Amino acid sequence: MSLLHEQDFHGGLRGLPEHKELSTGQPIGELFMPSRLVLPLCQGVGAEAEPVVTVGERVLKGQLLAQAKGSLSTALHAPTSGQVSAIEPRLVPHPSGLPARCIELVPDGEDRWGELPRLADPLSSPPEVIQAVIVAAGLAGLGGAGFPTAVKLGVQGRPVKTLLINAAECEPYITCDDMLMRERAAAIAEGIQILRHLLAAGQVVVATEDNKPEAAAAMSRALAGLPECEILSFPTAYPSGGEKQLIELALGKQVPYGGLPLDIGVVCLNVGTVYAVRQAVMAGEPLISRIVTVTGDGANSPGNYEVLIGTPVNELVAHAGGATDGVERCIMGGPMMGFMLPNDRVPVIKTTNCVLLMQTEVPAVQQPTMPCIRCGACADVCPASLLPQQLYWYARAENSEKLEHYQLFDCIECGCCSYVCPSRIPLVQYYRAAKGEIVEQQAARAAADIARQRTEFRAARLAAEKQQRAERVAKKKAALKEQGSNPEADAKKAKIAEAMKRVGKLEAPSAESADEQP
Amino acid sequence: MLVAVGVLALLAGLFGLILGFAAVRFRVEGDPLVEKIDAVLPQTQCGQCGFPGCRPYAEAIAKGEADINCCPPGGQAGVDSLAELLGVESKALDPERGEHKPPMVAIIREPECIGCTLCIQACPVDAILGAAKQMHTVIESECTGCELCIEPCPVDCIDMVEIKPVLATWTWDRPKSERIGVAG
Repeated sequence: MSLLHEQDFHGGLRGLPEHKELSTGQPIGELFMPSRLVLPLCQGVGAEAEPVVTVGERVLKGQLLAQAKGSLSTALHAPTSGQVSAIEPRLVPHPSGLPARCIELVPDGEDRWGELPRLADPLSSPPEVIQAVIVAAGLAGLGGAGFPTAVKLGVQGRPVKTLLINAAECEPYITCDDMLMRERAAAIAEGIQILRHLLAAGQVVVATEDNKPEAAAAMSRALAGLPECEILSFPTAYPSGGEKQLIELALGKQVPYGGLPLDIGVVCLNVGTVYAVRQAVMAGEPLISRIVTVTGDGANSPGNYEVLIGTPVNELVAHAGGATDGVERCIMGGPMMGFMLPNDRVPVIKTTNCVLLMQTEVPAVQQPTMPCIRCGACADVCPASLLPQQLYWYARAENSEKLEHYQLFDCIECGCCSYVCPSRIPLVQYYRAAKGEIVEQQAARAAADIARQRTEFRAARLAAEKQQRAERVAKKKAALKEQGSNPEADAKKAKIAEAMKRVGKLEAPSAESADEQP
Repeated sequence: MLVAVGVLALLAGLFGLILGFAAVRFRVEGDPLVEKIDAVLPQTQCGQCGFPGCRPYAEAIAKGEADINCCPPGGQAGVDSLAELLGVESKALDPERGEHKPPMVAIIREPECIGCTLCIQACPVDAILGAAKQMHTVIESECTGCELCIEPCPVDCIDMVEIKPVLATWTWDRPKSERIGVAG
């Protein structure tokens, strides 16, 4: 183990109250069976998966429930055996509080596995085979956003110099990665070997913070003997677990603007995801469970629990010893980047790392906002090296051009600026709203462009139809005229005219005589 | 004296030729101002401005024949950006033209449709699908919410429905504790 101090990312918060010791006192709790499982078809970033089961169908544990749809989507599997009871919109853990399509599964209690396609010897299997297993297992990044792991690992022949394992777990309260490393380091090491083989990565770096000495020790024991594999332990600082921040911290490199870590030969994966890769490849288990920290001053028995994806939060909290009476808020995620749950019946999803039960207010955002005094504290702590003050003014002025110029979309919404703001301005909320407004504007512009095209096309179509009609009429007229000059028709016409004359001569006198009669 | 006159005449002739050549060679097709105004307009094609579509309105603004506050779908934000583009003072949206509404989409109550095709002919963006004596339906993703199909429908089977945010289109709200006029 080595300690590196010379490389660092800009800003960040040091010395945040961590409260991690709350939930590290007991081993990871065993899996338990909830009364029902609710599985949102979208488990993080990307498109909804497409259900392949019908209501009433019996499924086995690990069976595919919904397949990935499009390139940015993850498959969904049955966390236990049971019956599909509904496929309908339900409330999901999302800050919007809006419903989304979910599959509801009622467990039959047997917990019977379906057939598991495991690889006997992954390290000698071709990378494509391993990649196919990872795609099929529905793996998503377990650290935060739930980005499809298969997309991240689909490097398509681009060289990977470093496989960076994100074990920083920088947010206060959360300890699920810490406990995972303490208890399952050997399995993580196997996962690392599989991933290194898959990516043909030269170097492996496991990056963690110095507040997890037991986890780091366990990992270094498990990784002992692996070549080109090191564990780095950094001084605790939030948000060192941000992908770009961690790369700068561990490797001293910056991801280029608008680029991906792969552009500088790095693939960065959360340690929980590495464990899930190991489970998928060596045990054949798709991603159907994860470790969740249940903690906070409102939790009776804070700790980490292995939880089936889809378990309702209230059942998890009850299993974890319940909540104290004075709980005011139930937050999914950490105190910095988490969000309040609309109610406690929403399910645990693949990205749920923590359920935080709070009696007291966490950050000071509920207090009255004061004017910005241009102190610059926000710019000092911004880990993305942005200018939060400028962004704040332009967000208030709704100046999207300037916001993009000041790289609003590089903001990782870590909340450092809001945390240090002496005027308690909810800066991140402004940035989130401004990002949403810009995306909406762009969508409206795109829709307007399509509408313009369609209008122009319609006008052209109507003009063409009019012209065609005019041409048809002209043609008919011309044809009639031509008929007129036809000698046969002329002869006929002449005969008709003659006949009409005769009739006229016959009729005319009688008509005259008829007139004379009265 | 004569030399000076001659030189000036020569220069005038020379520059005249250059200008004449430039006028032909670098001729701008169409009116770029109309394009710019048209790009700001929401392309709803609703005709609430009194012109038969967004482009005719843009042309009228460019000629100075129409005011900039006649577009309810664009809202006050649209008026403001037109004012900025044209370098004039912004003004309030003309209430006589209608009010700014949230985004809407037309929905045909399909069992009641008699297949008259009148709405299809009215739709400025060809967003209604159907044929004579066949049921019609709106291609919702292409509908601009212009409401032009409502009036011709003989059986009143078209509803305008507000587009509700779903998870994929949801965005964060601005902070509610904003102290207007203090920090700005």
